[in-house]
Amino acid sequence: MTFAALRSLGLAVAATILLGTVSARAEEHKVTIDNFTFAPAQLTVKIGDTVTWTNHDDIPHTVVSAGKYRSKTMDTDGTFSFTFTSAGDYKYFCSLHPHMTGMIKVEAQTTGMIQPDQGTNKVE
Amino acid sequence: MSHHDHDHHDEERGVSRRKVLECMTWAGTGVLWTISGGVPRSLGLVDAANAAEAAALTFLQISDSHIGFDKPANPNAAGTLEEAIAKINAIPKKPSFMIHTGDITHLSKAAEFDNAEKIISQAKLDVHYVPGEHDFLDEEVKFYKDRYGKGTKGPGYYSFDAGGVHFVGLVNVVDLKAGGLGNLGAEQLEWLEGDLKGRSKSTPIVVFAHIPLWTVYPQWGWGTEDGARALDYLKGFGSVTVLNGHIHQVMQKVEGNVTFHTARSTAFPQPAPGTAPSPGPMKVEDAKLRSVLGIASVNFKRGDQRLAIIDTPLAG
Repeated sequence: MTFAALRSLGLAVAATILLGTVSARAEEHKVTIDNFTFAPAQLTVKIGDTVTWTNHDDIPHTVVSAGKYRSKTMDTDGTFSFTFTSAGDYKYFCSLHPHMTGMIKVEAQTTGMIQPDQGTNKVE
Repeated sequence: MSHHDHDHHDEERGVSRRKVLECMTWAGTGVLWTISGGVPRSLGLVDAANAAEAAALTFLQISDSHIGFDKPANPNAAGTLEEAIAKINAIPKKPSFMIHTGDITHLSKAAEFDNAEKIISQAKLDVHYVPGEHDFLDEEVKFYKDRYGKGTKGPGYYSFDAGGVHFVGLVNVVDLKAGGLGNLGAEQLEWLEGDLKGRSKSTPIVVFAHIPLWTVYPQWGWGTEDGARALDYLKGFGSVTVLNGHIHQVMQKVEGNVTFHTARSTAFPQPAPGTAPSPGPMKVEDAKLRSVLGIASVNFKRGDQRLAIIDTPLAG
């Protein structure tokens, strides 16, 4: 096998590991709305995770995080999903019933599985 | 005698304020909320008609028709609105006009607005609307404004005069802030101040808006963040009546020269403050539903300081 071929293989392996790492880590989270209340009211997720809100009330609700995301009106059993791509505290509320509030805390991915010094994903 | 005296009096007689409030909220028959006397008296429709006979001006309030709502609390909100309109058509003396204090529709769909219009127009009365939060849910927030926004300012506030009374329709359902209540906003408050300025203090004022302008129960968002500022501008007027909807039950409070009143919904009842886990639609026995839905008629007699408000349930 030539050096070039080895190098391509290395790249492919590295890419596979990287992709595998991210997709294995992106998690799905649920927030439910019952009795005009978000549950859990506060949720901690990682960058890349998706949160899905589901309205179980007989009254429509929305999920609005000022300047970040805004759902359409969710009627009974309606859902809204958002994938968080940067870290931070995302306070949100229902724009129809503003006493309903919640927060998603988005934390950076830990770097535990990506260790450049071991060379597995080193690309030249 | 002031109204504070009355409350005090009631307590002395062993009727707590809370008890009175419950009676006011759940009375199954039409109730006349008196005027100068201060003591609520139950009146039937015939009495309501007689009261209207002597009045200089009678208008109606309907609220929270939620056309499109089809959940267990009332699978047929259009049907009960039709019943309310039939009730209005049966009133012997035709009222001057009608106000609708919002939540015409449940989800702001074009078809819901159309159905509401089709039913309400059967009363053959002029209708002055203000929007509820359920009327601004369409993507472009235009269906309400297209239909009812002509001649109004901002999201739909306006004023007009009728029968010697100055009417002000306010919008407190837009730009709501996280953790807050209903909201009028600086621009609308400024307009209100200008609208009232220079008006004779003896002019009776009727202010109507969807969410109560007074704080009914902040834990459920039942109040208006900057409502007190609006009320400041109303100080000094001899007679002020504030008519709201949103909470789907009758409540009244008298504070000095101001009478606050909320109307029943024509669609579904909501629980009394704090009596349920949430303010969501309350399922009652089918036989009881029409006793907790209804309309209000308001009579103004020249020379009377307070307007007489008569709440009439659809049945019971």
